[in-house]
Amino acid sequence: MTAVETPQAVAPASEAPAGKRRRPHPWLFWIILALAAVVFVYPFVWLVSASLKPRPDVFDNRLLPAEWAPENYSAIWTAAPVLTWLLNSVVVALAAAAAVTISSAIVAFGFAYFRFPGRNALFALVVGTMMLPGAVTMIPTYLIWNELGLAATQVPLWAGNLFGSAFYIFLIRQFFLGVPRELFEAARVDGAGYWRLFWRIAIPLCRPALIVAFIFELRASWSDLLKPLIYLRDPALFTMPRGMKAILDQFGQAGEARWEIVLAGAVITTVPMIIAFFLCQRYFVEGVATQARKG
Amino acid sequence: MSAVRRRETWAALGFLSPWLIGFAVFMAGPMIASLVLSFTDYDVLTSTDFVGGENYRQLLADPRVRTSIANTLIYTALHVPVTMIVALALASLLARVGRRSAGFFRTLFYLPTITPKVAVGVLFLLLFNGQVGVLNSALGVVGIDGPNWTVDSQWIKPGLVLIGAWSLGSTVIIYLAALQNVPRDLYEAAEMDGASAWARFRAVTVPMISGALFFTLIINTIASLQTFDEVYTAFYGSANQQTYGNDAALFYVVYLFQQAFQFLHMGYASALAWLLFLIIVIITVVQVRLSRRFVYYESE
Repeated sequence: MTAVETPQAVAPASEAPAGKRRRPHPWLFWIILALAAVVFVYPFVWLVSASLKPRPDVFDNRLLPAEWAPENYSAIWTAAPVLTWLLNSVVVALAAAAAVTISSAIVAFGFAYFRFPGRNALFALVVGTMMLPGAVTMIPTYLIWNELGLAATQVPLWAGNLFGSAFYIFLIRQFFLGVPRELFEAARVDGAGYWRLFWRIAIPLCRPALIVAFIFELRASWSDLLKPLIYLRDPALFTMPRGMKAILDQFGQAGEARWEIVLAGAVITTVPMIIAFFLCQRYFVEGVATQARKG
Repeated sequence: MSAVRRRETWAALGFLSPWLIGFAVFMAGPMIASLVLSFTDYDVLTSTDFVGGENYRQLLADPRVRTSIANTLIYTALHVPVTMIVALALASLLARVGRRSAGFFRTLFYLPTITPKVAVGVLFLLLFNGQVGVLNSALGVVGIDGPNWTVDSQWIKPGLVLIGAWSLGSTVIIYLAALQNVPRDLYEAAEMDGASAWARFRAVTVPMISGALFFTLIINTIASLQTFDEVYTAFYGSANQQTYGNDAALFYVVYLFQQAFQFLHMGYASALAWLLFLIIVIITVVQVRLSRRFVYYESE
């Protein structure tokens, strides 16, 4: 790292062997990155800005609205039950994240603490299930919820998470394996049961991994469109992405398109995740990094 | 087995039980059920008959299956390399600007990744609009007359590749971490030997981060083959239910979803699901085989 940052200062140009090309100045990297950053951030700026423009100006591509139209947001409020959808999304995403975090932690502890015959093979099976495309189990899973009379409710959106999820089991197990075994042994000698080991020692020591799992699933659940499309029929039960799709279907049609409403909807769908991201940035990045280390 | 060991094994089973139950009820069971369904004409409403290999015969002859497979494969073949190359270029730059600036830019590059794909689909429709979209306005500045990205069947997939490349933030993070782990002295040694920047990149960087490259190749391919949200948002729904742009946006999982939950052809859709599984397995196996030649693992 540092070797790259300060080469010019260390090696005078005159000492460089003849014909060897000089390194580009770091400022050049910085400029390219800044240009790339503009490309990556511009769509957000455009989205928010356009959502605040009156209907005829939506496509004028100005950075700041010439005329502000915050009424787009009150218009969407009356055009669709946005508040209901937002609350549904919050409830579903929190339930999904909490369910997967707790259940995955329990299973991860089972794999990390205990030695039992077939442990490695079973763990390999857990990791292997990550390769299974969701499409293969999608239809029978729907039929199960249908049998249970829950197919048209929000339950299928989170209840599957009560059984742990391979990626999070893997992630939390890595953390549990890092806890010194003596801690557990000492507690065992003091007469603590396994559940107490899990709840009082493992869980508090592995809080960062639990937060990563929680945040990651929160994001995944908040953004999901496919499950709400499959399960939710009653608009009163829609999550925000499902509602957003309904808004697009209703207001994005040619002829009577009201893009300012669609845009306000897209902002409302996106902004909660952006806020969550800035609050918990570290955990998002850690989640991605852990995912990579697994590979 | 001693009494203690036996008690431990039972306790372990207790802790594992959520996953064991979930595996039986939501994975192994559904997989078997899905396989059985794929040999029936199950449609929820009428009585179900065993139809043997009829669904599989039908899907081989179904032109829309062929279209959706072609679309999905073309998209994947473009999307995955574009994502990997651009992400590697950005990560290489990030590795050279100092940790603080790298963290700042990394945050900005990661932002699109957390944007719900529904919103991405909407952005695609608007930013890529042929007449009034930002992209074509920008292209117009440099004298290029941009195509109708969202309507012209020739341009829908390239447009989706561009919008897909927008969310390459996770790949950048993975590459940056890998690049930061490459020992500096390898570069210094190569430089002593007079290796050019390109030679250092080929002989040091690529082998040293080949594990990360391979990992992102696999996960991006598998995810790309299952593209659904942004395509469905932009091109399907109650208003434009069936076809759009000559089926240019008919991706495999979109077709599977339509067959299963709009037409209720659940038997047929189950066969489609198994074909997808087969395609993913074959592509992954080929990638793993090929990767054995170039992936370098430090620990081995």
